[in-house]
Amino acid sequence: MTLEILQPGLQTTVQDEGRLGLYAGGMPPSGAMDKASYRMGNLLVGNPDGLASLEITYLGPEIAFRDDAVIAVTGAQMTPKVNGEPIANWRSHAVRADDVLSFGFIESGARAYLAVAGGIDVPPYDGSRSTYTLCGLGGFEGRALQAGDVVPVGTGVDGRAGLDVPVDLQPDLGGDTELRVVVGLASYRLQPESLETFLTADWTVTPDANRVGYRFRGAELHFVEREQPAGAGSDPANVVDFGYPIGSIQIPGGVEPIALLADAVTGGGYATIATIISTDLDRIGQSKTNDHVRFREVTLEDALEARHQARARLDRVRALLTDSQEHAIG
Amino acid sequence: MADDSVIRSPVPGVFYRRPDPGSPPFVEEGDEVEPGTVVGLVEVMKQFHELRSESSGRVRGFTVDNEDVVNAGDTVVELDGAG
Repeated sequence: MTLEILQPGLQTTVQDEGRLGLYAGGMPPSGAMDKASYRMGNLLVGNPDGLASLEITYLGPEIAFRDDAVIAVTGAQMTPKVNGEPIANWRSHAVRADDVLSFGFIESGARAYLAVAGGIDVPPYDGSRSTYTLCGLGGFEGRALQAGDVVPVGTGVDGRAGLDVPVDLQPDLGGDTELRVVVGLASYRLQPESLETFLTADWTVTPDANRVGYRFRGAELHFVEREQPAGAGSDPANVVDFGYPIGSIQIPGGVEPIALLADAVTGGGYATIATIISTDLDRIGQSKTNDHVRFREVTLEDALEARHQARARLDRVRALLTDSQEHAIG
Repeated sequence: MADDSVIRSPVPGVFYRRPDPGSPPFVEEGDEVEPGTVVGLVEVMKQFHELRSESSGRVRGFTVDNEDVVNAGDTVVELDGAG
């Protein structure tokens, strides 16, 4: 089975759970920016966990199916259409060979996920089909899709049309949002009132916001003056190199904080003052240029509780859809 | 959805009237455009997205200035006699 890319959109890439376990060697995980929406897409079309989908950013592609397929669009609201007729997102649909999927303007969120029964079947690289474009590996030839690409789809999954994720179980879609952070590891490098400013200011997502990181504008922050230790750079924001947690926030020069995301460098010499909790990485993945965000400090216990709740929500969706699929035989 | 009398940006980002600082603008007020005519660029995620007219008409004016930040769905150009 295949689908053909007629128009690629702005940045459409193959993503899955990510390339895990290689961080210490400098390999970021890549993977879907909004895991909850991506996972629910797989559940809607009956895919086993971890099959790859297409991540669609800001501007939808135009895709021709070359075979009958079952699909679902989750995540950002950008009115999916089949042969020009709008279809519901968060719902599984049967499409026929030669049907064309297109999208309207983005209305909320930043990234939509197209799940196809059988999954996007590009060769895995280091155990993942996720695209890491900076190094040109994984996904479809290591790059964003282009017009004319013929993308393989796996077989052996019989998806069923007409399944929904109920509204109350759909994730929040970014926009103006609050991102919960655990303060540290090097927050001691900020002047105390600057840490307060960081946690109270209204931050705007700049046009520099992609899978590598998001840059914010809104306030200037000041570091504690010191004689820099041997091995650290001269910018007060510099420290001796250490690992960067995924979701960690650094502030080169004290202006425009940067949150490092799925495709980011894994370590370096900037003080990281806080780290976005894992569930809220989904939320930042659904915020876009010009959106406003605030950072709110939580404890590690709060972060683990948020993760527990997110898993419980996914389990409810899984139970609901698995139940529907089992009762539909016949 | 489709309104032939305006050209909107489908993506958020920084709007540019010219292909590069040393070149003239893609189009000026009063210019005729056709389907596919490039009227500007929007820079986002370190990429430039070309804004193209979907209809024929005459440029009545721009609703945003060069290097303004636009939101997805914002109108950037108004057309007269579009069809």
